[in-house]
Amino acid sequence: MDEGSMGSSHKRRALWLGPLQEQVPKRKSNRENLDRFIPNRAAMDFDFAHYMLTDGRKGKENPSVISPSREAYQKKLAEAFNMNRTRILVFKNKPSTPIDPIPKEFLSPSSPQTKPVKQRRHIPQSCERTLDAPDILDDFYLNLLDWGSSNVLAIALGSTVYLWDASNGSTSELVTIDDDDGGPVTSVSWAPDGRHIAIGLNNSHVQIWDYTVNRQLRTLSGGHRQRVGSLAWNNHILTTGGMDGKVINNDVRVRSHIVETYRGHHLEVCGLKWSASVQLASGGNDNLLYIWDKTMASSSAPRQWLHRLEGHTAAVKALAWCPFQGNLLASGGGGGDQCIKFWNAHTGACLNSINAGSQVCSLLWNKNERELLSSHGFAQNQLTLWKYPSMVKMAELTGHTSRVLFMTQSPDGCTVASAAADETLRFWNVFGTPEVAKPAPKAKLEPFAHVSRIR
Amino acid sequence: MASRTVTKDIITLRGSAAIVSEFFGYAANSILYNRGLYPEESFVKVKKYGLPMLLIQDESVKSFIANVTAQLSEWLEAGKLQRIVLVIMSKATNEVLERWNFSIETDSEVVEKGVSREKSDKEIMREIQAIMRQIASSITYLPCLDEACKNHTSFPNYFNCGVFDVLAYTDKDIAVPFTWIESDPKLIANPQMVKLHSFDTKIHKVDTLVSYKNDEWDEQ
Repeated sequence: MDEGSMGSSHKRRALWLGPLQEQVPKRKSNRENLDRFIPNRAAMDFDFAHYMLTDGRKGKENPSVISPSREAYQKKLAEAFNMNRTRILVFKNKPSTPIDPIPKEFLSPSSPQTKPVKQRRHIPQSCERTLDAPDILDDFYLNLLDWGSSNVLAIALGSTVYLWDASNGSTSELVTIDDDDGGPVTSVSWAPDGRHIAIGLNNSHVQIWDYTVNRQLRTLSGGHRQRVGSLAWNNHILTTGGMDGKVINNDVRVRSHIVETYRGHHLEVCGLKWSASVQLASGGNDNLLYIWDKTMASSSAPRQWLHRLEGHTAAVKALAWCPFQGNLLASGGGGGDQCIKFWNAHTGACLNSINAGSQVCSLLWNKNERELLSSHGFAQNQLTLWKYPSMVKMAELTGHTSRVLFMTQSPDGCTVASAAADETLRFWNVFGTPEVAKPAPKAKLEPFAHVSRIR
Repeated sequence: MASRTVTKDIITLRGSAAIVSEFFGYAANSILYNRGLYPEESFVKVKKYGLPMLLIQDESVKSFIANVTAQLSEWLEAGKLQRIVLVIMSKATNEVLERWNFSIETDSEVVEKGVSREKSDKEIMREIQAIMRQIASSITYLPCLDEACKNHTSFPNYFNCGVFDVLAYTDKDIAVPFTWIESDPKLIANPQMVKLHSFDTKIHKVDTLVSYKNDEWDEQ
């Protein structure tokens, strides 16, 4: 054993000396005292030891009896002492491991870290436009609003689906589905091509329409047994989430459309979002968040999901995949939870969790900046804009007079439309002004980038 | 101990950051060699800190460590780096087996006001040398990383029983570069901990600690 090291023969001592003790003065005594069974009296704190043996115990008997105010106080203390101010980072491009000759991973160019020069943009505090949305269903678990890539917004009001063309402001009615035919409408979702739209119904059917010719193409039925409250498209696959807890992948081009059924939720599936790649996030009324991988064959794995995430204590409806950071998923909990949580979808780890203060109904990422927008319920019914990753509140947009259940963003990424139970549909230019819709210039070099590097 | 040299050298913030990040590069290489994460043949000997230090030649690992240390150096100069952790995980189960924790205390006055400090270079080298020796000798008490390792005699033979990664704990207010992503701390439950020596450049103080998963064989 080399000189002076607190090595294996002393590891027991290393543990109970306490984490903050300075090791330097102890070295000398270690050399004299090589027998590990004789404790070093000089290093023992008898008063502390006595306390821990006697009084200390009493304090620990009822650890569960911590009042909520005490917990909040401890949390505030921890924050004040900067315990929450650390971020943990890993470098993306990992080295290859020996034996398996993995082709050399793409090496990141060692470019100087660039900070785009940003001006603080002005976020208008009031909505730009308000439209009337009578008879909109006040149901947390539905998804009645979507903005397609052809710049047409679809909203379901009761039994009718209306289309609003953002370029000229005209409104048209797509279809009305009476209760006998399967209505009311419980979800709407535009296909990626911006031309086809899926409409989920209360009777568990899903209708596919082509809005350019105003015609219904087909009805998907037989998969769900209860209403279809959530929809998500992935190219030609339409994923449907039902009140029966099932998540079904339907191939809309094929006659027998059911390709795969994901079982996991036991209550209504209210949130459903595909990532840019092959992962699907589903949130349910059972407080669970599942991540499914399209490439995982269901027959080989005993269980189908990639991750089963249990962090929230209320229904998980708000889901949003980060556009600028792969594998990052943001989720929001309902009234009993009120938290926004960030997950690494690859490992299933929860990266961050913040309490937003009220029910989180919906989440949207800003495609141009590193920001996250959340919509809330009681009491302020506001939209909150957070800076990511610091989670500092940049703006709070009020205007709605009841909970903001549905949110969607324009194809150019500047405007957000929100609909609430107060029967209004409001438009906010929160992500940027429509004319200046360029992403922040990434190639600009910070003037001192070269000076700080050590060569 | 030799008598302390009288001459002291000026240490600037940038110099100190260079010393610390270079130290981390060599320490990481040493851990990779001593813990048997890469085969012996892929390392070459160089002289550094008055010791024969081993550096890996594999291009991807070399560039990974180079990229990481370059970034660490930047963060150190900004005074934003709190600690660096090298984690070793089992290749099969992805369970964290070992954590080499280098905590960093930065003298904030130097970062804010740009003053420099004085300390003998030789003394810093001596302190780093002591830590490097400890890392090398750590294999005598650290548990084997894999069943197959138990067959080795002195140095582990070539096994890919573990994979490694580097975590950087930084202040929350830094701009995250595009090549880095957030991670969880990858902690070990009920670890055994051994504190190694520390070194101090008078601007950055680095404490070293290795924590490892309790191996049943080690229970006394």
